[in-house]
Amino acid sequence: MAVEMIADMELVFKYPESLTPRVTHYCPGCTHGVIHRLIAEVIDELGVRERTIGVAPVGCAVLAYDYFNMDFCEAAHGRAPAMATGIKRVSPDKVVFTYQGDGDLAAIGTSEIIHTANRGELITTIFVNNAIYGMTGGQMAPTTLPGQVTTSSPRGRDVETAGWPMKMAELIGMLSGAAYVTRQAVLDVPGIRRTKKAIKLAFQVQLAGLGFSMVEILSTCSTNWGVSPLEALDWAKQNMLPYYPLGDTKVVDEVRALMAKP
Amino acid sequence: MAKELWEGNAAIAEAAIRAGLEAFFGYPITPQTEILEHLSHRLPELGRVFLQAESEIASINMVYGAACAGARVMTSSSSPGISLMQEGFSYIACSEVPAVIINVMRGGPGLGNVAPSQGDYFQAVKMAGHGDFHPIVLAPGNIQEAIDLTVLAFDLADKYRTLAMIAADGSLGQMMEPAEMPPLRPVRPPEERAAWALTGAKGRKPNIITSLYLVEEELEKVNLRLQAKLREIAANEVRWKEYSTEDADLLMVAFGTVGRVCQTVVREARAKGLKAGLLRPITLWPFPSARIAELAGRVRGILVVEMNAGQMLEDVRLAVEGRRPVHFYGRMGGIIPLPDEILPQLEELDAATRS
Amino acid sequence: MAAKGMVIIDENRCKGCGLCVSVCPVHILKLADGRFNIRGYRPVEVIDPEACTGCAMCATICPDVVFTVYRRKMRREPSTAEPVNAKSHTIRW
Repeated sequence: MAVEMIADMELVFKYPESLTPRVTHYCPGCTHGVIHRLIAEVIDELGVRERTIGVAPVGCAVLAYDYFNMDFCEAAHGRAPAMATGIKRVSPDKVVFTYQGDGDLAAIGTSEIIHTANRGELITTIFVNNAIYGMTGGQMAPTTLPGQVTTSSPRGRDVETAGWPMKMAELIGMLSGAAYVTRQAVLDVPGIRRTKKAIKLAFQVQLAGLGFSMVEILSTCSTNWGVSPLEALDWAKQNMLPYYPLGDTKVVDEVRALMAKP
Repeated sequence: MAKELWEGNAAIAEAAIRAGLEAFFGYPITPQTEILEHLSHRLPELGRVFLQAESEIASINMVYGAACAGARVMTSSSSPGISLMQEGFSYIACSEVPAVIINVMRGGPGLGNVAPSQGDYFQAVKMAGHGDFHPIVLAPGNIQEAIDLTVLAFDLADKYRTLAMIAADGSLGQMMEPAEMPPLRPVRPPEERAAWALTGAKGRKPNIITSLYLVEEELEKVNLRLQAKLREIAANEVRWKEYSTEDADLLMVAFGTVGRVCQTVVREARAKGLKAGLLRPITLWPFPSARIAELAGRVRGILVVEMNAGQMLEDVRLAVEGRRPVHFYGRMGGIIPLPDEILPQLEELDAATRS
Repeated sequence: MAAKGMVIIDENRCKGCGLCVSVCPVHILKLADGRFNIRGYRPVEVIDPEACTGCAMCATICPDVVFTVYRRKMRREPSTAEPVNAKSHTIRW
């Protein structure tokens, strides 16, 4: 019966070629999986899989190279943008992207991301912000919210001593080398669709040689937040969205022209 | 090609270009900044990549990236900057990608000073980063050697897919002398990059370059492979120079600039009737232990001279295995020992071993 | 009436997180009761295949690419069927 049905049906959602068949090590409901898939779909749609080189971070996504069906390397903690710079400079015809979490990009790798963006390196950064260190077991991240309890801020993040959560999309957006910087969220279906559009635009910006592009993506960590996957989506909406407003923080005119194209 | 007057740092930079350097990533630090400056105009005029990074940490990770992409790449720095790069060295060594590092050593520890030193011997030879690995470490004693060893460093790095480091000192970087440059080799075209390199998975399975192996047995397997490679390097690539060792009964061991100073000491000692000889290691790793052990059987005593507190001294003692007295003379703080200071040390060794 | 859509569930990829169940507009997904996949999770199941619209919201939110989605091809000739209500995701087919 199924075959009969497929005959007059069209495939509207399929497994992307840019993902390997491996099941990820991510916890149930972890939105890393969604973001991986969106990147893979975009790379498929742009037809650049065979000339894309990815750079994995240290953090939960350290094994990203097992899941992306393309050339990949694994950077030292925080150094993915430097590594991507090295790759892109000697292989300017390749599509190069980094995939980084909040500890990787906004703490230990702050210097590298700022200078890479500021140089206008023709790479794309996918920045996954879930307000916590996942891999090491739920410590305070640079993006942890004020008052948020983590294993290293057991009484909640005290901004008097730990400072304020880093707003990376705003910070990177200020830099002249950044052509397109946006903050999106994969907390519901419309948000996921908008995030995919943003990722696609970010890669198109690189392909058009317009400058550095970054998509910050609000994501979840149900395990370390101590809630169910479904509750995690709500927790992020209630707690992260007010502090991390969605939207573009940098769109240069050339990118705007690119957006206007059908 | 005829000899020209070259400053050490510029000579190393130009030699790298002649060896087919495709990309340089670096950060200014005295006393090696002329390398970066030379490359900042030469590489772009040749259509190659020059990038002044925001830090040594960024530099080495850019090198790592470019090396993963299959390009011939290097960085240069001096002692404190090299310390910052050590994490990257470890990743590069485990990932088995080729890269060349120039360390024009300065006085330490800490910020130290900008005067010539050999204080990074341990760092280069024993512990270039976390985990079990050694870079190939080449120690030039003059500018011609700095040129030749820079070219060799690229070839060895490529051949063994490893890190090769030039360990020079500040005086070698800053001084000038006549030297001959090798001819300009063509740059390897991108389509001829190695099969393991990240060049895009077109018509092949993806290439993955990582230093992460979560399964213990897998990581041990990687380590065993690295160790086998190191043994191969140790078997094939030991290099040194000897001066008047044929009939020597007092042996000096010294590398780099102070090795050169000791050549003068050999002459002066011989004029005074002491049968002195000198072994100058060119490769600090792998170390010419076997040859030193051999010579130790023929001499009365050994004097190690260094611009540090006695670092290579430990490797000489390991080679000699207590069979002969091993004396040491060293200066720190960026001071180069003079022949007038070293000769009395040799005379003391002579007296102590004459029975 | 034939279903407008169809999902194929790669059951052993499923980690039982339930995000798909929460977004399915026609409420035809649930996690299996008393049954586990090879990974030890209760996999998602379709309880009313006839009702599937092929909207792919389940697949969109799924972190583990469990779903493949088909949708009935649109007819080229003008349809005599009732126009789709703007809030059709709440209507059961």
